[in-house]
Amino acid sequence: MDGSIMPTRPLLEIEDLTVRFVTREATVHAVNGVSLQVKAGEVLCILGESGSGKSVTLRALMRLLPAGRTRIDGRISLDGRDVLSMDRKGLQAMRGGLVSMIFQEPMTALDPVYTVGEQIVETVRQHRGGSKAEARARALELFELVKIPSPERRLDAYPHELSGGLRQRAMIAMALSCGPRLLLADEPTTALDATVQIQVLILLRRLQTEMGMGTIFVTHDLGVASEIADRIAVMYAGRIVEEGPVADILANPKHPYTQGLMASTVHGQDRGTDIAAIPGSPPDLRRLPSGCSFRPRCSVSLAACRDTVPQPVFPAANRMVRCLRAAAELGEVA
Amino acid sequence: MQTQTFPDDDLDPRDRGGQAQPLLIVEGLRKFFRVKTQDGKAAAVKAVDDISFTVFKGETLGVVGESGCGKSTLARLLMHLIQPDNGTLIFDGEAVDSPDGITIDTLRRQVQMVFQDSYSSLNPRMPVRDSVAFGPLVHGKKQAEARAVAKDMLMKVGLNPELFGPRYPHELSGGQKQRVNIARALAISPRMVILDEAVSALDKSVEAQVLNLLRQLKRSFNLTYLFISHDLNVVQYISDRVLVMYLGRVVELGPVEEIFSRPKHPYTRALLGSRSSMDPARRLEEPPITGDPPSPIDPPSGCRFRTRCRYVETVCEAVMPELGAWRDRESHVTACHMQDPGSGHSLADVVGRA
Repeated sequence: MDGSIMPTRPLLEIEDLTVRFVTREATVHAVNGVSLQVKAGEVLCILGESGSGKSVTLRALMRLLPAGRTRIDGRISLDGRDVLSMDRKGLQAMRGGLVSMIFQEPMTALDPVYTVGEQIVETVRQHRGGSKAEARARALELFELVKIPSPERRLDAYPHELSGGLRQRAMIAMALSCGPRLLLADEPTTALDATVQIQVLILLRRLQTEMGMGTIFVTHDLGVASEIADRIAVMYAGRIVEEGPVADILANPKHPYTQGLMASTVHGQDRGTDIAAIPGSPPDLRRLPSGCSFRPRCSVSLAACRDTVPQPVFPAANRMVRCLRAAAELGEVA
Repeated sequence: MQTQTFPDDDLDPRDRGGQAQPLLIVEGLRKFFRVKTQDGKAAAVKAVDDISFTVFKGETLGVVGESGCGKSTLARLLMHLIQPDNGTLIFDGEAVDSPDGITIDTLRRQVQMVFQDSYSSLNPRMPVRDSVAFGPLVHGKKQAEARAVAKDMLMKVGLNPELFGPRYPHELSGGQKQRVNIARALAISPRMVILDEAVSALDKSVEAQVLNLLRQLKRSFNLTYLFISHDLNVVQYISDRVLVMYLGRVVELGPVEEIFSRPKHPYTRALLGSRSSMDPARRLEEPPITGDPPSPIDPPSGCRFRTRCRYVETVCEAVMPELGAWRDRESHVTACHMQDPGSGHSLADVVGRA
C-alpha cells in the first residue's frame, strides 16, 4: 500500500472489499472498496460515525453477515487463508481460534443462561480439546490475566451478576482464551463509564502488546483512538478516506472530513464560541452521492468532486488520503 | 407571542422573584427505590440521597456522574415525573406542590425536558409537527395557533417546517429527531429545560451542531439549562457551573473553571484524570482509580466513594461528609473529609488550608 518493503506478509490483508445488503426495496452500499492491512502486534483503529461501515467491515471479516441478503466482493486473506471461500468447518476453526471479537455490549454478547466460566470452558474445549478441569484452570488463569478480583468466585457468576466493567473483562478473557492472532474490538469501551473505560483500554493495550496480537479497534471516539492506536483508518460512507500513523493523523489531518471531525470534537473548546461543526448529516447508504461521498458536506469541494470518486494518494510515508484537493496539492493528476 | 426574544438586559415578563432569586432551589431531595435482593431481603436503591443545589436564572448547570449515580432520577424528580420521598423544590421563589406555592402543572409548564433517546421520546404514529403542536394544544392554545407555534419552532431549530413537519419520526435522522424534541420542549415557552444526556446518542459531527443550537436557543429564549451528561468535555464546554454526583450524593459543586482547574474531591480528580489527552505521546499508563462504582443498592456507609478512594481513613467510613455552603453562586464546595479541617482526617489540615 505504501510501497515500503515489508519483511513479512501482513497478518491480515483486505483488498477492495465491498459489502451490499440487498432487499426488495433497495440496496444498501455499506462498504465500498475497503483495502487495509494489519501486521502482527499492530493496533489499527477504524474511526468513523454510525453508518460509516466500520462494524460491517469487521463482521464481513468474521463472515457474520446473513448470507442470503449480503453480497460480499473482494478478497480477505488472514494468515494466508482466504476467508471468503472458507466452508463452515473452516469458519468454526477460525472464529475464536485464529480471530476473536469483542463487542460493545457484553450483556448481549454473553449467554445469559450460562455462567461466564462455563462459556469460557466451552470455547477452550471447542478449540483445544482437553478435560473440563483443564479448561477451567485455563479460564481461571485468564480471569487473573484480565485482573478480575476474586476470579474463582466470578467464574461461577452469571453475566447479569457482574458489573459492566467486569462483564467486559470477562468477554475479553473469553476472546483471548485460545490465543487468537487477530483481535477484533467493536467499540468495546463505549458503553462503559469514564473511569472504567480507561481501565479497560489500558488492560487491552497491555494484553495486546504481551500477546503480540494484531488488533482492529473500531471506535467513533478520537480520544479512545489516541490512547490505543498505532495507525488510524478514517471511514466515511463505506470508504477509508484517510489512513496513517496515529500521531500524524491527529497532528496533521489531510482529509476535510477528518479535519472537520477534529474541529467538532468538544475538547478544550473555547467556551462561549460556537464549535466548528460539520454541516449536514452522513449520506443515505441506499443512495450514495456521485463522486466523493463527503462532497455534500465539504466546504472546500471542487467541481470535479461531483463526478470522480477520489483515488488514494500518498502525501507522506505511510499516509494515504482519498481527496481530490489533497491530490491536487500534491500535484498528482486527479 | 411565543417567539419573542429577550435581549440580555431586559427583564423577562415571566420573572416573579427578581434577578437575584434563583430559578430553582432544591433542598434535601431524596428518593429511595424499594427492591428485593437475590436472597429475598428487602433493600433500597439510594438513587438520590439528600441532594441540595440551586439553579440560577440564565445559567447552565452541568450535572456529571457515571451510570447509576442518580442523575436521571434527579431529572425526573425535578419534573415530578416520580414522587420524591423527601425534599422541597422552590421555583422562582414559590414552593412546588404546596398550598401556598405553585402546582405541579404550573411547574411543568415552565420546566421542560429533552431525553437521550430521540426516537422513543416521539410518538411514532404522529407527524413531528403534531408532536410539537401537542404541548401548546394541551396548554389551551387553539388548533391554528398551536400549528403556527409548531411551524415557528421547527424553523427555530433549523428544520424546514414544510419539508420536515409532515414527516414521521422514523423518516428523520438522529440529529433531526433531537431537534424536533428540542422544538417540542420549547413550544410552550418554558423557562428552564432539563437536558438528560440529550446529545450523548448523536454522532460527534452532529453533536457539535446540536450543542451550537442549544447555546443559540438559550440566548434567544432566555432559557436556563440543567445539562446532564457523562461526557466531561461537553459539560466543560456548555456549563457555567458543575455539579458532580456519585452514588446518589453531590460530591462537588462549583463554577466550571474551578471544577476543571482545581478539582477538590478525589472522585472529581479521577473523573478528570480518566480523560484522554488526545495526544498519543502522552498516553495514560495507570488508571486514576480502579474498579467499578459499587451498586447503589445498600451503598457504602459514610463517604460513598471510600471503597475506591486512595486516601480513605476510618473517619470516611463512620461519618458522611457534608457539602457545605451550596447556596452561593460563586462557592466551590465539596463533600470530602480531607477538605474539612475539623473532620479528623489526617490530611484534612494539609489539604483544607491549601
